Amino acid sequence: MATADEQQDPRIARISSAIRVIPDFPKPGIMFQDITTLLLDTKAFKDTIDLFVERYRDKNISVVAGVEARGFIFGPPIALAIGAKFVPMRKPNKLPGEVISEEYSLEYGTDKMEMHVGAVEAGEHALVIDDLIATGGTLCAAVKLLERVGVHVVECACVIELLGLKGRERLGDRPLFVLVNST
Amino acid sequence: MAGIMFQDITTLLLNPKAFKDTIDLFVERYKGKNISVVAGIEARGFIFGPPIALAIGAKFVPLRKPRKLPGEVISEKYILEYGRDCLEMHVGAVKSGERALVVDDLIATGGTLCAAMNLLERAGAEVVECACVIELPDLKGRERLNGKPLYVLVESH
Repeated sequence: MATADEQQDPRIARISSAIRVIPDFPKPGIMFQDITTLLLDTKAFKDTIDLFVERYRDKNISVVAGVEARGFIFGPPIALAIGAKFVPMRKPNKLPGEVISEEYSLEYGTDKMEMHVGAVEAGEHALVIDDLIATGGTLCAAVKLLERVGVHVVECACVIELLGLKGRERLGDRPLFVLVNST
Repeated sequence: MAGIMFQDITTLLLNPKAFKDTIDLFVERYKGKNISVVAGIEARGFIFGPPIALAIGAKFVPLRKPRKLPGEVISEKYILEYGRDCLEMHVGAVKSGERALVVDDLIATGGTLCAAMNLLERAGAEVVECACVIELPDLKGRERLNGKPLYVLVESH
């Protein structure tokens, strides 16, 4: 199980405390992990990116896929630092041109994620980035989109993991790296 | 929809050198100008804003569609071609007197950028400049910015 927390990197404490918890959002009973306060702490935000970059540079990763919308905040700085392409994974009808879609289940109902045809090539090595993993449904859909076109997903990377929602299990044997755990 | 020539920046993002050069051009312009806030407009402003913010040592503030930001927000309504929309910013994200950039991938009519500037100014920040990768000059968005400077890398007619 890979978290930076286990290695007690000294930067983690500040990152963790910069994340704000908002109760009852988007609905009663949910404790929302708000990363926007992390983005206001320039050192903590830089440290967050650095921790990912240190892990992934020189690993022959040519694709960083970021899940809309908060994955768009963390993915591009990592992609730029490691010299990879950035590929946005979006809700339906946002990407112009030809796309492939993957449907995934929500608590109630389903949603779809899309990726551009031709954004990635078979054989490329990819990371999937999002701010947080909960049930793992969104990350799993992103991984499947990439695997369907022959890309090898090296790892999924998130700032936060919500333990107890079994997201890690839903990813199966695909590795997951997170900086902060939350119960 | 029919009739619109959509400017798709995703192909830029697939070219690491071009993407890096895009960010570098903005960073070279804004580094050392005492800018402490980079505000990015959902969602494509989230792609360009954070790398600029990180490089110049500024905070990144996401400006979002309604009900996406948790906690207390301020809202600014704006007019679209058909109907209205609304942009939100967290209360407390910016402090009075801070110098801010607004970043988006593209300026068309300028409605969204204008709403973004209004949010920042209502919170007491000074908007130093709006920065976009692409401008569609025929849509006269520049005129909608109330005299605020606009910097773009590419014009598309």
